Amino acid sequence: MTTLEQRLFDLGRMDLLARQDTAVHRLDPRAKLVATLGFIAVVASFEAHALTELLPFLAYPIALAGFGNVSVRYLLRKAVYVLPFVLFIGIFNPLFEPQVVFRVGPLAVSAGWISCASLVARGLLAVLGALALLAVTGMGNVCAAFEKLGMPRVLATQLLLLYRYLFVLAHDVARMARARSMRSVGNAGMGLSVYGSVLGHLLLRTLDRAERIHLAMRCRGFDGQVRGLSTGRWRVADTLFILGCAACFYAARRYDLTLLLGQLATRLGS
Amino acid sequence: MHMADALLSPAVGAAGWAVAGGLTIYSAKKLRIAGDEKLVPLMGVSAAFVFAAQMINFTIPGTGSSGHLGGGLLLAAMLGPHAALLAIASVLAVQALLFGDGGLLALGCNTLNLGLFPCFVAYPLYRAVLGHTPTRSRLWMGSLLGAVVGLQLGAFAVVIETLLSGKSQLPLGGFVLLMQPIHLAIGVVEGLATATVLLFVTKARPELFDGEAARAHRAGRSVVVALGIAALLIGGGLSALASTQPDGLEWSISRTAGTEELDAPSDGAHGFLAGLQAKAALLPDYGFGSTPNDGDVDAWPTADAGTSVSGIVGAALTLFIMLGLGFALRRKRATT
Repeated sequence: MTTLEQRLFDLGRMDLLARQDTAVHRLDPRAKLVATLGFIAVVASFEAHALTELLPFLAYPIALAGFGNVSVRYLLRKAVYVLPFVLFIGIFNPLFEPQVVFRVGPLAVSAGWISCASLVARGLLAVLGALALLAVTGMGNVCAAFEKLGMPRVLATQLLLLYRYLFVLAHDVARMARARSMRSVGNAGMGLSVYGSVLGHLLLRTLDRAERIHLAMRCRGFDGQVRGLSTGRWRVADTLFILGCAACFYAARRYDLTLLLGQLATRLGS
Repeated sequence: MHMADALLSPAVGAAGWAVAGGLTIYSAKKLRIAGDEKLVPLMGVSAAFVFAAQMINFTIPGTGSSGHLGGGLLLAAMLGPHAALLAIASVLAVQALLFGDGGLLALGCNTLNLGLFPCFVAYPLYRAVLGHTPTRSRLWMGSLLGAVVGLQLGAFAVVIETLLSGKSQLPLGGFVLLMQPIHLAIGVVEGLATATVLLFVTKARPELFDGEAARAHRAGRSVVVALGIAALLIGGGLSALASTQPDGLEWSISRTAGTEELDAPSDGAHGFLAGLQAKAALLPDYGFGSTPNDGDVDAWPTADAGTSVSGIVGAALTLFIMLGLGFALRRKRATT
């Protein structure tokens, strides 16, 4: 059960990180959202065997997190959990592309391994980008940005409510899971019927809670729209941020910076 | 299973966003017309419920391994298809942002894979099996059928999206053989979990699903439309694959013969989809000694040893710089 509680703690930690006040946090959420979406799209646009070209893109999540006072190592630890699915698909590439593209000493590296590594690198970059965005922006602000960029209001409200009640229900679940595990030995009590009644009770409680929330919201004049306090105004810094990101992404997409750097270094060395 | 950003090309990701965006706007509109504002907090809390429910596992009968709820069909059964689609979209958005599950670029595709099929294909099936007088066995049957069909379609959509993106080298046949059986098992587990929860709740509070039956009646009419859309999407995806991607046999022949045939009609959808693939096709045109130079898209530097060395040196240096950047910013963080 420690894992459950750890996950809860982890959820809260992202919120704490997002509540800081740095230059990156002060940027308009829309700017950060658009830049991150652009980042992920550009990373995804490389052909399947790009590997070294992807490395310079690490700068975006590192800079976003670094200037936003967020530990990159923490984000990396979270990102690693997502890799199994990508590996599950990518691990077949070496089977289908056995031709050797280069050798390092006795070790022959086939194209399949490169495309597999490329998939993993891509996955890490995309996840790091998204996590860094959340850590320096906060869920509420990301929702607001989505809404301002045209997402239907119902969905924005839905996202906010989900995020708000996620914590409440997760605590409920953690309590129930602990109670169940304390009443059972080993795997006993993990069967389908117990599961059904545990979740069923949780669902009933959830529905009652929804009813209470609805009444409370009606009492406070809820009309289907959640109004925030933030008067997010687009500043020059936001425009500069977007332009800067676009220029960097373009440069790194157009030119293989890694190769250029390597050529420079080998030329200097010889 | 979540589609990952790493497996998508921007074009497929954007197409997913466009279709999913249209679908959410349509669903939001439907909800506004229905005017059931009581549904808004219920949607939020139900989505949070699904999230929380995924935290506990149950032992899968007869295997010893454990599974958990996916929640798409359950949400549809509770909220009706339109509200459920929005709820699922919100769950996916939070998962993408909070855990990196799926990802931002893949959000659209995931909404289709895990939202469209459960809400607009699996749910009508579930309702059809349930009929007007729901019984225990009908609920079991309906949940199982709905969950299995929804997940099979979702898994197949993952296959199509991945192959259209051209990031995996798996041929269509192998990929389908890999994904479908796994998701058959997941679907059965999902059906069992959904049915037990629904059974418990209908027994404890039978009145809860009365209003939902009325909503379902309206939804029933959209079955044909939804199935039509699904068929179009899948058919479109398949035909594009058929024309631009060699199947397993052709593929192995072309491998051994050393020839490629990527001729597709250059008009209409074929041309568009072929264009998407031109950069990252299943048969990349390096290897076999030739190093084609097509603009700025470099193939992997094969023969040129000098380039390889530069590449490796450059990679090491870039990584070093990135580490330095992270370290410098961390130092800054420690001092401020």
